[in-house]
Amino acid sequence: MQIDDTDRRLLRHLLAEPDLATPDLAARAGVTQATCWRRLERLSEQGVIAARQAVIDWRALGYEVEVSLRFTLDKTNPRAFDEFLAAAREVPEVIGIETFLGRVDVRLNVIARDMGHYQQIYRERILTLPHIADIEALMLIATIKESAGLPL
Amino acid sequence: MIDLDDLDRAFLRDLAQEGTLSAGELGRRHGLSQPAAWRRVKRLTEAGILAGQRVLVDRAALGFGVTVFLGVKLATKGRVSLEDFERAVTAIPEVQVVQHVLGLFDYRLRVVARDIADFERVLRRRIMTLPGVGQVEANVLLTEEARPGPLGGASQD
Repeated sequence: MQIDDTDRRLLRHLLAEPDLATPDLAARAGVTQATCWRRLERLSEQGVIAARQAVIDWRALGYEVEVSLRFTLDKTNPRAFDEFLAAAREVPEVIGIETFLGRVDVRLNVIARDMGHYQQIYRERILTLPHIADIEALMLIATIKESAGLPL
Repeated sequence: MIDLDDLDRAFLRDLAQEGTLSAGELGRRHGLSQPAAWRRVKRLTEAGILAGQRVLVDRAALGFGVTVFLGVKLATKGRVSLEDFERAVTAIPEVQVVQHVLGLFDYRLRVVARDIADFERVLRRRIMTLPGVGQVEANVLLTEEARPGPLGGASQD
């Protein structure tokens, strides 16, 4: 797989402004529209661009609370990771799952309509997940920067 | 806030997977005409529920093999130090996400790097030198998975 400077320039602009229409992206990256379109196609075929997805604003749907829950699992059980992850996938308010190497094993991104709703989810759906050794919660106050940009 | 019906939720589920689906294709999948599907997408966009596009890339193929989440606790607090910290941290190109949080840490950062040595450089030269920075905890991302969230199946809500 060959990625040249033009590809990198295109990706840099695309990642910085993913809503740009192809003609505008071409102009920013200094290539013709045909080149831009052809290269985006090729990057998609190669899997460098893995997906383009719509962003859903959960606040606009009435989910005012977002909490990052960090779990340490009981790793004496060899199935702890698999069983925890399978159970976490069944919780509708979990919008993201990440696994880590470090002090934290798994992080769940949980949304709720308000604090009462969050408390209900936490007690009924989160504390009942299997193999939890420890939980820490970080409540989101504000997202200051959110970008998929890479220093290409 | 607008009420969603099952078709709206189906549209959102589809678009969260494939953001470039046309109104025609969405209509075909769910038995609506192109104009009817287009009106629904327009309504969801105007309500702010569809909030733009996200591009997912194979970071490793582009030479960024390491993603690390940092929990940062500020050593000194107060309005001025928060603003100074935020201004400086958002300017770092390797920092993709900055979230102000309440809990064990004050900020959560998502940092990309070429490899562990590159990450160490970013950590030492850019993060540890930020104004007001105190305790820092690093966790290296192994896998990440976006979930559809509370948009149905019939059993939810």
